[in-house]
Amino acid sequence: MHEHDVIVVGGGGAGLRAAIAASEEGADTAIVSKLHPVRSHTGAAEGGINAALREGDSWEDHAYDTMKGSDYLGDAPAIETLAQDAPEEVINLEHWGMPFSREDDGRVSQRPFGGLSFPRTTYAGAETGHHLLHTMYEQAVKHGIQVYDEWQVTELAVTDHEDPEDRKCHGVVAYDVKTGNIEGFKANRGVILATGGPGQVYDHTTNAVSNTGDGYAMAYRAGVPLEDMEFVQFHPTTLPSTGVLISEGVRGEGGVLYNADGERFMFEHGYANNEGELASRDVVSRAELTEVNEGRGVNDEYVYLDMRHLGEERILDRLENILHLAEDFEGVDGLVEPMPVKPGQHYEMGGIETDENGETCIEGLYAAGECACVSVHGSNRLGGNALPELIVFGKRAGQHAAGKDMKEAEITTGYTDECEPGEVDTPVAPGSIRQTSDDVAADGGALADPTAVVEQTVEHERERVQSFLEKDEGLQHAAIREDLQASMTENVNVFRNEDGLKTALEDIREARERYQDVYVDDPSRTFNTDLLHTIETRNLIDLAEAITLGALAREEFRGAHWRQEFQERRDDEWLKHTLLRWNDGDPELFYKPVILEGENKTYEPKVRSY
Amino acid sequence: MSTQVPETETETEAETESKPHQERRMAEKAERREAADRERLAREELEAADETVHLKVFRYDPEVEGKQEPRFDDFHVPYEKGMTVLDALMYARDHYDSSLTFRHSCRQAICGSDAMFVNGSQRLCCKTQLGELETPVRVEPLPHQEVVKDLVVDMQHFYDQMEAVEPYFQTNETPDGELEEQRQSRENREKIKMSTRCIWCGACMSSCNIAAGDNEYLGPAAINKAYRFYMDEREGEDLQEHRMRVLEQEHGVWRCQTQFSCTEVCPKDIPLTEHIQELKREAVKSNLKFW
Ligand SMILES: Cc1cc2nc3c(=O)[nH]c(=O)nc-3n(C[C@H](O)[C@H](O)[C@H](O)COP(=O)(O)OP(=O)(O)OC[C@H]3O[C@@H](n4cnc5c(N)ncnc54)[C@H](O)[C@@H]3O)c2cc1C
Ligand code: SF4
Ligand code: FES
Repeated sequence: MHEHDVIVVGGGGAGLRAAIAASEEGADTAIVSKLHPVRSHTGAAEGGINAALREGDSWEDHAYDTMKGSDYLGDAPAIETLAQDAPEEVINLEHWGMPFSREDDGRVSQRPFGGLSFPRTTYAGAETGHHLLHTMYEQAVKHGIQVYDEWQVTELAVTDHEDPEDRKCHGVVAYDVKTGNIEGFKANRGVILATGGPGQVYDHTTNAVSNTGDGYAMAYRAGVPLEDMEFVQFHPTTLPSTGVLISEGVRGEGGVLYNADGERFMFEHGYANNEGELASRDVVSRAELTEVNEGRGVNDEYVYLDMRHLGEERILDRLENILHLAEDFEGVDGLVEPMPVKPGQHYEMGGIETDENGETCIEGLYAAGECACVSVHGSNRLGGNALPELIVFGKRAGQHAAGKDMKEAEITTGYTDECEPGEVDTPVAPGSIRQTSDDVAADGGALADPTAVVEQTVEHERERVQSFLEKDEGLQHAAIREDLQASMTENVNVFRNEDGLKTALEDIREARERYQDVYVDDPSRTFNTDLLHTIETRNLIDLAEAITLGALAREEFRGAHWRQEFQERRDDEWLKHTLLRWNDGDPELFYKPVILEGENKTYEPKVRSY
Repeated sequence: MSTQVPETETETEAETESKPHQERRMAEKAERREAADRERLAREELEAADETVHLKVFRYDPEVEGKQEPRFDDFHVPYEKGMTVLDALMYARDHYDSSLTFRHSCRQAICGSDAMFVNGSQRLCCKTQLGELETPVRVEPLPHQEVVKDLVVDMQHFYDQMEAVEPYFQTNETPDGELEEQRQSRENREKIKMSTRCIWCGACMSSCNIAAGDNEYLGPAAINKAYRFYMDEREGEDLQEHRMRVLEQEHGVWRCQTQFSCTEVCPKDIPLTEHIQELKREAVKSNLKFW
């Protein structure tokens, strides 16, 4: 068994920032990551990172824009913390040598982004994430943080108290991809989940193949609520054949969208008369699909994004990477042709419920980055707001887990007095069937001894894996995964309605049933990706269900969540978060009010107009 | 442990006992697979229409009988315009043989995990269009690195070399004022721009004859990483000297024989050879200064 003070699961932007912070607090810190840290998906971020750095801008404005962008579903304490801490954190990155783009006076450059009242998106070419990831990994090397790379965490070691709020997390169980060994990692102070997004729930996504939402699923099964999972962001400009992202920076720099008839539809069809292409992502995504559905799409599938008029020099200076992406993945030369684009799954606004210090309702268990939901993005994330979230809340989680005295959190977690129970009318009983419910971590049976809790979970995981390998026939995960992704894309996409959501739930239920017959064909213990993907597929099923249940429950139209039957935002009833708790495989829905009260002001919901 | 183990045995015995049993199971599984493989190949060959691409893929698994001897497997994958080598590998894995093993993640040339040897040169599979290759397309693991399984190589040596150059920014002066950045001129940012694009894919190292013969040679990627910091005006002169000492060591820049193979294969178009040459010139200059 390995043992450290703080164990960070995941080596992307959030995980690295958390590990550096914990290590600076003096904790013996290790990163356990299924990919080598520099292979994490943070590297794919293109556009930039928001922070109020300049005269004329202020953290208050950043907070206001974020609250408005969230369609009033963000929690003010989280949003204000994000806006307040971001400048220092961005400058900190600069001090670590991150190669930001520069102005003539040598200061870092900023540019406009959708939904921002000030051009506060700091960037490094069109490859901000790559530089952010590498800069932080370099610092992790400098700090001598131990990295277990290519170790996939398969379950959390959590005590089995009846009430999740009484449980404690003592570590994780991970699978060494290279050798097939399954081992325990005991965390004396805390475990931080920083496992990134769940894009693989969908088949057209900007996310990496490894983004299978493992952290969400593990926390969920251990008893932590998942919050606001129905809010899935679809990015309006992805390449049709692969899902590769064309950064919002293109529109920020002045790129325009037009349809097959050559109309600049954002204006000409009145989707966003003021902001046009720079309206929020949900607005632009819906506009594009409406164009396609009404027969004005190119090849009935996509629209055009044009940046030619920006001129070669400006494109090369600020968007060079976009040229490469369009060329390599779509065979289009962005200097002479418009680029085909359509909406694709991009980001999960919801996630593991945490407070501003990164802590969940289970003691010793933290989450940060895309997998967490402190609730800064509410129902719609503004471009450039995910990267500051990684560093701001990654750092706080790292510090807290390492034992630093933190200001008490204003956001509460778990089922509290403020919560109200909810119900949703589903066609099938959701949740687990038969033995899959035994797969939860919290069945250790050991309450007191941390080592025993970890050991029991290890034993449990060894058996689970052994059973996959021992089965000689059955179904392969790839088929189950493909059908699940297709159903989610068909039914729980940009446009949603009750029938579709119910169909999806039936398909998810079917996936669960089929998963009981899953087996791993590859008998090897060495680098068995068949086994890893099989474990991941289980996580995708749980997540698909959480997203769909949330979407069915929320009977209104807010941010990225569009419902055919409910074409209005209903503040009187729905200024609240949806939370879903596993409850031994019988998902339990409840609600928690949104906190609109900030430090100095209360954010009044206003009609969104673009 | 396996349920087939008699209950009376102690745990340690059980473990040693069950080992051959497990191996037998594995062999059986492998055998069944081979039969299925043959059937599949036959079927595929029948179906092989114009619209398929023929891949010859390197296979090896130290653990599985029948795969311990390296070999090539043939896959015929349905072809669609715009398809990359990675798409074809994924198709083959998901539809024909789930044990086919390779690293991949981002599918967009940024995570650096799917560098392989495709038709005789190092490339990122996700960035390589099938339509541009001669068939059959041969896919092999990166040469000069130990093969772990199928197309997966051991990257540890590459990582070690990267770490040897102190791959992190070091500076003596951070500006006054909490929110003050260190100024950097546009020119200087431009100067280091290409060097910062490295995604640690290992293609350059694998293509380098010198690195193949001298495993202490820092190699193009690590030297490029050092270049990135050496040329950064924010680090200052003392650090430059320190970095030069690392670069000038016996297995540093002087080992490079300017063969350009690294530059040719780098998927991020980093002018590696040029960077190494520039550092050699800097080394000469700094020696003149101190001699
Ligand atoms: C194409 C693209 C462009 C984007 N552009 C921007 C932008 O311009 N600005 C912005 O603000 N945001 C952007 N975003 C969003 C932002 O980049 C992501 O939300 C963010 O990088 C996620 O970081 P993370 O650290 O949470 O996760 P990741 O970087 O995905 O890291 C996850 C880590 O967890 C590890 N992991 C996962 N599961 C396991 C497991 N079971 N066991 C062990 N390890 C595990 C992985 O190995 C990886 O190291 C973009 C996103 C995408 C996809
Ligand atoms: S320098 Fe180029 S080839 Fe070498 S590791 Fe970096 S990206 Fe790959
Ligand atoms: S899959 Fe990431 S570089 Fe090819």
